[in-house]
Amino acid sequence: MEPVQTRSIHVSQSPLYRALGDRLFVGAILVLCLLVIGIVLVMGWQLGSAGSEALAAFGFWGFLSGSTWDPVQNIYGAWPFILGTLLTSLGALALAFFPALAVAIFAVEYAPRWLGSALSYALELLASLPSVIYGLWGLFVLVPAVRAVQESVYFWAADYAPFLLPLLGNPIGIGMTSAVLVLAVMIIPFAATLAKDSIALVPAAQREAAYGLGATKWEVIRLAILPYARGGILAGVILALTRALGETMAVVMVIGNSNKLPFTLFGPATTIPSAVINEFGEAQGLQLSSLLALGFILFLISGALNLLAAWIVKRMSVEGRL
Amino acid sequence: MNEQRPLTVPPKLEAARAGGLEADLKPRMEAQGLTVYYGKKVGVGNVSMPIYANRVTALIGPSGCGKTTFLRALNRMHDLTPVARVEGKALLDGQDIYAPGVDPVDVRRRIGMVFQKPNPFPTLTIYDNVIAGLKLLGVRRKNVLDEAVERSLQQAALWDEVKDRLRAPGMSLSGGQQQRLCIARALAVQPEVLLMDEPTSALDPISTQSIEDLMSELKKHVTVVIVTHNMQQAARVSDFTGYFLTGELVEFGPTSQVFTMPKDPRTEAYITGRFG
Amino acid sequence: MRPGGNLERRKLFDRFMLGLLILGSLLVVAPLVLVLGKVFLTGLSALNLAFFVEPYRPLDEGGGGLAHAIVGTLMMNLLALLIGGLLGLAGGILLSEYPDHPVNPFLRVISDLLNGLPALLKGLVIYTLFVIPMGRFTGLAGALALALVMVPIVLRATEGVLKLVPWSVREAGLALGLPRWRVILSLVLPSALPGVITGLMLGFARAAGEAAPLYFTAGGNLNLSFSLGDQVESLALTIYKYAGEPSPVRQEQAWAASLVLTLLVLAAGLLARWATRKR
Ligand SMILES: Nc1ncnc2c1ncn2[C@@H]1O[C@H](COP(=O)(O)OP(=O)(O)OP(=O)(O)O)[C@@H](O)[C@H]1O
Ligand SMILES: [Mg+2]
Repeated sequence: MEPVQTRSIHVSQSPLYRALGDRLFVGAILVLCLLVIGIVLVMGWQLGSAGSEALAAFGFWGFLSGSTWDPVQNIYGAWPFILGTLLTSLGALALAFFPALAVAIFAVEYAPRWLGSALSYALELLASLPSVIYGLWGLFVLVPAVRAVQESVYFWAADYAPFLLPLLGNPIGIGMTSAVLVLAVMIIPFAATLAKDSIALVPAAQREAAYGLGATKWEVIRLAILPYARGGILAGVILALTRALGETMAVVMVIGNSNKLPFTLFGPATTIPSAVINEFGEAQGLQLSSLLALGFILFLISGALNLLAAWIVKRMSVEGRL
Repeated sequence: MNEQRPLTVPPKLEAARAGGLEADLKPRMEAQGLTVYYGKKVGVGNVSMPIYANRVTALIGPSGCGKTTFLRALNRMHDLTPVARVEGKALLDGQDIYAPGVDPVDVRRRIGMVFQKPNPFPTLTIYDNVIAGLKLLGVRRKNVLDEAVERSLQQAALWDEVKDRLRAPGMSLSGGQQQRLCIARALAVQPEVLLMDEPTSALDPISTQSIEDLMSELKKHVTVVIVTHNMQQAARVSDFTGYFLTGELVEFGPTSQVFTMPKDPRTEAYITGRFG
Repeated sequence: MRPGGNLERRKLFDRFMLGLLILGSLLVVAPLVLVLGKVFLTGLSALNLAFFVEPYRPLDEGGGGLAHAIVGTLMMNLLALLIGGLLGLAGGILLSEYPDHPVNPFLRVISDLLNGLPALLKGLVIYTLFVIPMGRFTGLAGALALALVMVPIVLRATEGVLKLVPWSVREAGLALGLPRWRVILSLVLPSALPGVITGLMLGFARAAGEAAPLYFTAGGNLNLSFSLGDQVESLALTIYKYAGEPSPVRQEQAWAASLVLTLLVLAAGLLARWATRKR
């Protein structure tokens, strides 16, 4: 793949034109690329410095662990938002993991070609639908359905297991359950697509090794395919997690936006992105800085997870395994 | 092992006996008019030959003549290739492995396979690679597994080299060791027949030597079919030889006969050409 | 000893696992069908001419349409496409045409990072960089935030399709004595053009659906405005706002807007399939 050497070729145009043209072109491209790199660096810096007022006022750990968020007393702690983000994201990941893996395995190993590519297209679509649409659908279709289920569970618990009630919270549909469900749907394609790609990369020799031992199809998957593809599967999971952490509109629309601890299974909750959206309108001074500090925390977490996923994918493509 | 079915003596065997072969010769497998199509193309056509129990059968012939294709037809590996289609019969102990109701999974357990390139499971240890097949069969008892690991690795002439690092990854072995690990993995489930597709083509002379030594040891328990491009190897290790040319079985017979007085001039040309 | 007596059980388990896999796949497809079904059913019945040509009107005047949001979406996205497309193209060209360039490792990491960063943060940054100093929300700021959404999408797509162009094409051009930049601009890019355009389309469609970054930058505007110096409305932003309104007219408009955005995404996706299939 070495670029071809052109030095020895004689050309009609003057060498000056060639050299200057190439210089200018590379120079322009380079400037634009450095701009991209610069923007991202500035992003981190900018969020950090804009949030520094809040981080200074409460201390980094104080801000992270503070559980009061009160604009009236001007006290801001990020813990409810961090907790809500972690709970919803991990919950969504737990729900999404097996269906995502299943669809990846099914699409590569079982589905005929047309069905496999139809499933790929479905995953692409699922990934590219705007999150406001998921939010709208969540609000008008999912939430009422969730509410109906929650109510029956709630009334059953009230009769037979009253100690569960504080854990369940109010069955109003809007809240943690709906947010987790919507998020799960939204992150499935990220986990599934990477898993699918890495399963497709498992060499035929590995499958044959397992078949040759007298393995059933599922045993081939378990013995040869999943272990070999685990790097890609893991990267997909991490990527899906970062999507869940940063997902904004769909969550804002169905989670109920309450930072009152403790969160319950059914009741309203909040996340970092939804706090930023919700409070942004009235925010001034220290509150605004606190919101930006929340953004900074999100930047750190999702940046780190992204780089981790990218690193795993890269190792996977070189080594074929982790 | 399992009990033998009464056999109808196939014509080939009759001929072999007439040629003065040992009397205890029994075919473990037999191909009857086996034809493999890749789409419309014939990969290997109308092959009939016996595979004698506890003997090594070598398949030779120029590249692309259908040796691998034939070998894979013997344990239903073509089921996994969408374009491939198999016609004819392949008998194992008198029963057609392509008959309806026969499970390819069971067939492949009874007829093991070693591939041209070593393909250990990269995430498993040496120990776990060897017992991978036994685990599938539901064998859990530690002492049974330990015993199987030692026996299989001994048979594959790898035991002495790895006995102190059974828990190391299978991929940490050299290419030749990996191939012997794959042989051990295939042997661990005690197959009745072992199919080997150019098992030494990627190996150095010393590893090749140890695998060749292994053959004569192996055939006490197992029936071996080996594809090879190496004439000397075929002459050294095999009892019977089949010569393939452009998708056909041109000649089959005891190795000594095929190599010294081939019946078909094409075989002779190939062998003399090769032996120079 | 003849192990293998467990074959029946293993085959049964094999079937069982296949059943689970199918069930899991259905669980993935079902929400997509439900969402798309709802969007199409509700959206189609709410879509009418007024939606496209009339700007916002108060409810007692019939509610009007979303022309102001459509205009705003187009304005901001086209500008964003100009900026983000250029940056993305440049990045893709550097990664694919100058594979040994020292900047590449950084650029790759940055592009991965940018791709995964929540769009919300892209909006917040533009807010601190532009909106605060200027003292107001503008369509320009919105376009910048959307450009940040587009860059990594366009970049990856460009790199991907340029790498599909065989090296022999470049060698042929270089052998003719063309300078490197001419080879890239007149040989490599044109032969990858369908793919490059697809990348731009995908970026456009993705950005058009983003509401979060606009919330802090474009600010939204109920009046029809053709100036990017003003506050500007967008379809995605409208969906978010109208979802919370009790009026059924507004909710229907939100569904209609969802349908339009969905069609955009569908079209871009189909185009991408088509452009990559031809290779
Ligand atoms: N999956 C396949 N699809 C289509 N044709 C195939 C396939 N595999 C093999 N063939 C064809 O079948 C013929 C026999 O191939 P086969 O691999 O059996 O040859 P071989 O004797 O093993 O050769 P070699 O000594 O090179 O391994 C060849 O013409 C080959 O091109
Ligand atoms: Mg072969």
